[in-house]
Amino acid sequence: MQQHDPALTGLMDRVIDARDRGAPLEIRGGGTKAFYGGEPRGAPLEMGVLCGISSYEPTELVVTVRAGTRLADLEAVLAQRGQCLPFEPPRFSPGGTVGGMVAAGLAGPARAAVGGVRDHVLGVTMLNGRGELLTFGGQVAKNVAGYDVSRLMAGACGILGIVCEVSLKVLPAPRAIATLCFNVDETQALEQLGRWASQPLPINASAWRDGRLHVRLAGAAAAVDAARDKLKGDEIDPLEAALWWQSLRDHTDPIYSFSDADLARGECLWRLSVPSTAAPIRLPGRQLIEWHGAERWWRGTAAAREARAAASQVGGHATLVRGKDKSCGVFAPLSPALMRIHRELKRSFDPAGIFNPGRLYPEF
Amino acid sequence: MAALAKVLPRDAVLFRHEDTVTYECDALTAYRTSPLVVVLPESDAQVAAVLKVCHALGVPVIARGAGTGLSGGATPHLWGVILSLARFNTIVKVDARSCTAIVQCGVRNVAISEAAAPYGLYYAPDPSSQIACTIGGNVAENSGGVHCLKYGLTLHNVLRVRGFLADGEPVEFGSEALDAPGLDLIAVVVGSEGMLAVVTEVTVKLVPKPQQARCIMASFGDIESAGAAVASVIAQGIIPAGLELMDKAMTAAVEAFVHADYDLEAAAILLCESDGTPEEVAEEISRMEEVLSAAGASRIEVSRDEAQRLKFWSGRKNAFPASGGISSDYMCMDSTIPRKRLAEMLRAIEDMQSKYGLRCVNVFHAGDGNLHPLILFDADNPDELRRCELFGADVLETSVRLGGTVTGEHGVGVEKLNSMCVQFAPAERELFFALRRAFDPLELLNPGKVIPTLQRCAEYGKMHVHRGLLPHPELPRF
Repeated sequence: MQQHDPALTGLMDRVIDARDRGAPLEIRGGGTKAFYGGEPRGAPLEMGVLCGISSYEPTELVVTVRAGTRLADLEAVLAQRGQCLPFEPPRFSPGGTVGGMVAAGLAGPARAAVGGVRDHVLGVTMLNGRGELLTFGGQVAKNVAGYDVSRLMAGACGILGIVCEVSLKVLPAPRAIATLCFNVDETQALEQLGRWASQPLPINASAWRDGRLHVRLAGAAAAVDAARDKLKGDEIDPLEAALWWQSLRDHTDPIYSFSDADLARGECLWRLSVPSTAAPIRLPGRQLIEWHGAERWWRGTAAAREARAAASQVGGHATLVRGKDKSCGVFAPLSPALMRIHRELKRSFDPAGIFNPGRLYPEF
Repeated sequence: MAALAKVLPRDAVLFRHEDTVTYECDALTAYRTSPLVVVLPESDAQVAAVLKVCHALGVPVIARGAGTGLSGGATPHLWGVILSLARFNTIVKVDARSCTAIVQCGVRNVAISEAAAPYGLYYAPDPSSQIACTIGGNVAENSGGVHCLKYGLTLHNVLRVRGFLADGEPVEFGSEALDAPGLDLIAVVVGSEGMLAVVTEVTVKLVPKPQQARCIMASFGDIESAGAAVASVIAQGIIPAGLELMDKAMTAAVEAFVHADYDLEAAAILLCESDGTPEEVAEEISRMEEVLSAAGASRIEVSRDEAQRLKFWSGRKNAFPASGGISSDYMCMDSTIPRKRLAEMLRAIEDMQSKYGLRCVNVFHAGDGNLHPLILFDADNPDELRRCELFGADVLETSVRLGGTVTGEHGVGVEKLNSMCVQFAPAERELFFALRRAFDPLELLNPGKVIPTLQRCAEYGKMHVHRGLLPHPELPRF
């Protein structure tokens, strides 16, 4: 990334000005995830000016993209060469950007099988709170030179700096896909998923709710065929199945959709990230289980105390993904030692505290 | 010493020279420092107590596993304490349902796979030192191995680490779930070479052992077509379980060592492996064969059975000892470049051989661009050692110029401090220091490693530009 790029120098000037005035900035891509995390504050800093694919070589399995590039545009380019972002980042609406994907760190149904956003970040070029342009990581998969700052940016909600350009590991799209459905209750589904996890099966995603377990197989045609015969579920029509997985990935399924009235009624969406083997969790409302049991979505009116206790009892944590009242904190509280490290990191990356204040934790 | 003796049993504190001499260096034996004292705690409470004592006295602490590191990450500090974690060797739990294992940091890498084997599971990252190296060391270095293209690095296979901060406060990064709240700190702790925290317990992911693995050995008449073949395999959407390359000189060295019937005429040999269910492997192997022959392979052989597969690999696995057989000493380099620059890099190394008057043999994790040139030299000849270090620095700087990095999997330690000046600008190095201080404000954990000071880089730049040769290359420069 060239330091004298006009789009970039414009951003640097804004950062330096904000630093000098101590004025917060809200880093904005497509604005599709404004609902996620603490309430955005500060003057919007539009990242759309910094867009385009800087380099893409399918044989290197790496793409380098500027942060304001629309995720849809990137995925279309990858698809032309038979490749994809295997972790299926959600596209809440068409304007979502690559920078927003990294900042939010959210991954879709395939997460448990292939890893998340941070596992696919190879390098970043970023602006810190002093307006300095810094590069960490690179364009190669194996790289242990210095601390892995680039991966720290994934899921940081933009509080450490502005990701200007990111290099991502990409993979070939699976050659064969099939979706099977099983009529099983929650306990049976979790038990079955646990059993399959320790076998060499090409299970790429799973989702359970209301007595039905969907399992997606993906990989070499021979492996998918063999697993289909072994697991013996009802096969779903491929197009119908693709739309169903997409509705989970992009949060268009009704469990994720919130009208203003729903929010006003106090309805919220909790994401409980737990060990996959955790026993069934009971909260008021409706549940959807993904990631082979490691992600349990609850939509209802559970109080923060209740959701957080249920998650931590089994060694996990709960995030308030949708909800009107965020006074309980969106992300689960940290231990004093981790909080201190967070505060110090924030201070070293962004001494004036201008980037996305309050988006991750209210304190910074 | 008196303070340490109060918190540890008598046999857990070593201070006589004959007891501490084995801790003078790790596998980078060129750098040696006599440690002031070595402690061997056996419980979390003792580790915390040691850290509190050292923190109160401002004494550096260097955590150490098996000492197999190749970059001097565990080199002692002149007035520091070596915290050996060798006694933390218990496998706490193997859970087949969640496909995880909880192990203490001193457990050897291969011991995890052995403990998981009855459940049909194993721990995927397999650095070549896996029979000796510990999981704690793997976490410190973010170790790789020959299968990372498909299975990832240590970071991708670790869920949670527990341990202590420099002041002895207990801390936990990551969780048994797939993510943890807040910043993803485990991403920086893994690979931090013991400078952010002391890790005593690790929760790793286990994966089902593939039912079958088969390997193709393909010969190429020139380096360019071997490099192009690597690219075509990937372009066809194939992710091999392993994809390794050896050049002609290396093939000759290993053939003399293992007698595996390697093609000695080939300019380069590729080993390309597929693993999975028998159906999957059959499908993938036939696609690989097609791609490799279209890429101009002059000879292709597919392993018929497990014995033959292991024979194909025997040379690659013995590349280092085989090099020891043809030279009294060798220096193993470890850089990564984009795969497409492979031929260019090997040509550059060829030129360096005549420039520095030393021979070099090459093995390459071709699948992920990680190069291990072994520079052959005689350590008893000071001039050869000097030329070898210049040769090594040239390889690293060429790697950066080609879009790569100065270390793919061995770490920076003390060995690559100078090269870090080339790869990172002052503001980037300053941020590394600041990040380090967020975890360890007094900079007591493994000081002097990974990040070169501004002064050191200035000195290196000056020496580099004005003289081209490093004076006193034997001196470590912190």
